[in-house]
Amino acid sequence: MASATSDQAPRTQRHLSRTADNGLKIVVVGGFGVGKTTLVRSVSEIRPLNTEETMTRAGEGVDELDRTSTKTATTVAFDFGRISVDDRTVLYLFGAPGQERFWFLWDRLFSGTLGAVVLVDTRRLADSWYAIDRLEHHGTPFVVARNDFGDASQHTDAQVREALDLPEHVPMITCDARDRESAKGVLIKLVQHLYALSTAARGSTHQ
Amino acid sequence: MSAGGTGSTGSTGGTASTSTGGTASTASTSTGRTPARAASRPGRDDSPDRLYTVTGGRSRTHSDAFDLVTLVVAESAPAPGMQSEHAAILRMCDYPVAVVEIAAELGLPVSITRILLADLLDTGRISARHPRAAPESAELPEPELLEQVLVGLRNL
Ligand SMILES: Nc1nc2c(ncn2[C@@H]2O[C@H](COP(=O)(O)OP(=O)(O)O)[C@@H](O)[C@H]2O)c(=O)[nH]1
Ligand SMILES: [Mg+2]
Repeated sequence: MASATSDQAPRTQRHLSRTADNGLKIVVVGGFGVGKTTLVRSVSEIRPLNTEETMTRAGEGVDELDRTSTKTATTVAFDFGRISVDDRTVLYLFGAPGQERFWFLWDRLFSGTLGAVVLVDTRRLADSWYAIDRLEHHGTPFVVARNDFGDASQHTDAQVREALDLPEHVPMITCDARDRESAKGVLIKLVQHLYALSTAARGSTHQ
Repeated sequence: MSAGGTGSTGSTGGTASTSTGGTASTASTSTGRTPARAASRPGRDDSPDRLYTVTGGRSRTHSDAFDLVTLVVAESAPAPGMQSEHAAILRMCDYPVAVVEIAAELGLPVSITRILLADLLDTGRISARHPRAAPESAELPEPELLEQVLVGLRNL
C-alpha cells in the first residue's frame, strides 16, 4: 500500500537554516489508519520521524519515577515532519492518535500549539468524537479534514457536521492525504482560520 | 493535483458508518469515547532501568524550559569522556535542531531528552531558541506571524 503515494517528491532538506529560531506546532489528530502519517509525509521536507513520551499518572516525567513505581507510566508514540516557512520560522507537524492516554500528555507536549487538524474517515466518524471534545475543552482552534477514501460522495458535509456535532464556525474541508497539494490545502485552511480568529480577537478592523 | 482519485481498492464499501443523527450532542459527555482501541503501539523496548541509567536518576529541574520545538544549537564540540548521549547531541546540533528531532534521533523519550539538554545548557555547551508563537497571555499568535506561515505554505 505504501507505494500509492502519487507525488512523493522527496524534497529532502537535511538541516534547518542556521538562522532558524522560531519553532511552531500544528497537530494532526485522528483515529488509527485515518491518514495522519500520510498527510504529514505529503508536506514534510523530511521523512516523518517517530518518537514517544512517557509519563506517570501523576503527570510527572519518567525521570522522577522511583524505579519501583514504573507500572503507572503511560507511553504515547507520535510522529512528525517539518516545513521550513522561511529562514527563521519552522513549522512542525505532529501526527498523534486521539486516544485517551494521549490527551493526558497534551499539555506537556502540545501547549502553545497553533492549532489542530482533526482528520476523519467518514466511514468511522465516531473515532473522532473524543478528539473533538478534547480540543474544544483545551480551547485549541481546529479544522476538520475529511480524508477521501473513495467514498466522499456518500455523505454530504452537512451530514458529517451533524454526526460530529460540529459548530458552523469550524471549517471543514475534504482532502486526499496522499496528495501534496491537497494536504497543503488542509494546512492553509487551518492557518486561514487561525488568522481570522487572531484578527477578530485583536479587534482588528482591516481585512 | 488530487490526481488518481480512487485508490481505495479494498475498502469494503459503504459500511453503515455513523450519521445516526441522534447522537448529535456529543458535547462533554461523549458517549462515543474511543473504544479502547488497544494501544496502537507499545513504544520502544527501553526498559525504565535504561532510562534511569541515561539520566542518572536526575530530576527534571530545568528541563521544563525545553518545548518540543525549541531549537537547539551546539556551542562546543563533544569533549572526550563525555556521556555518549551528550556527545551525540552536540554532534547533531551543528545546525539548529528541534528537541523532538533530537529525541527521535537518540531513540529516547522526550522527557529524558529534555534532561540531557538541561545538562548541556547548564554547562553552556548548547544554546536554546525557544518558540515565540504565542505570548503566555494571548491565545493566538499575531496575525503577522500567521500571514508569514501562509505565505510559506503557499510557496511549498
Ligand atoms: N484511499 C486513500 N488511502 C489513504 C489516504 N490517506 C491515507 N491512506 C492510506 O491509509 C493507510 C493508513 O494511513 P496512515 O497515514 O498510516 O494512517 P495513520 O494511522 O492515521 O497515521 C495507508 O495505507 C495509507 O496509504 C487517502 O486519502 N485515500
Ligand atoms: Mg501513523
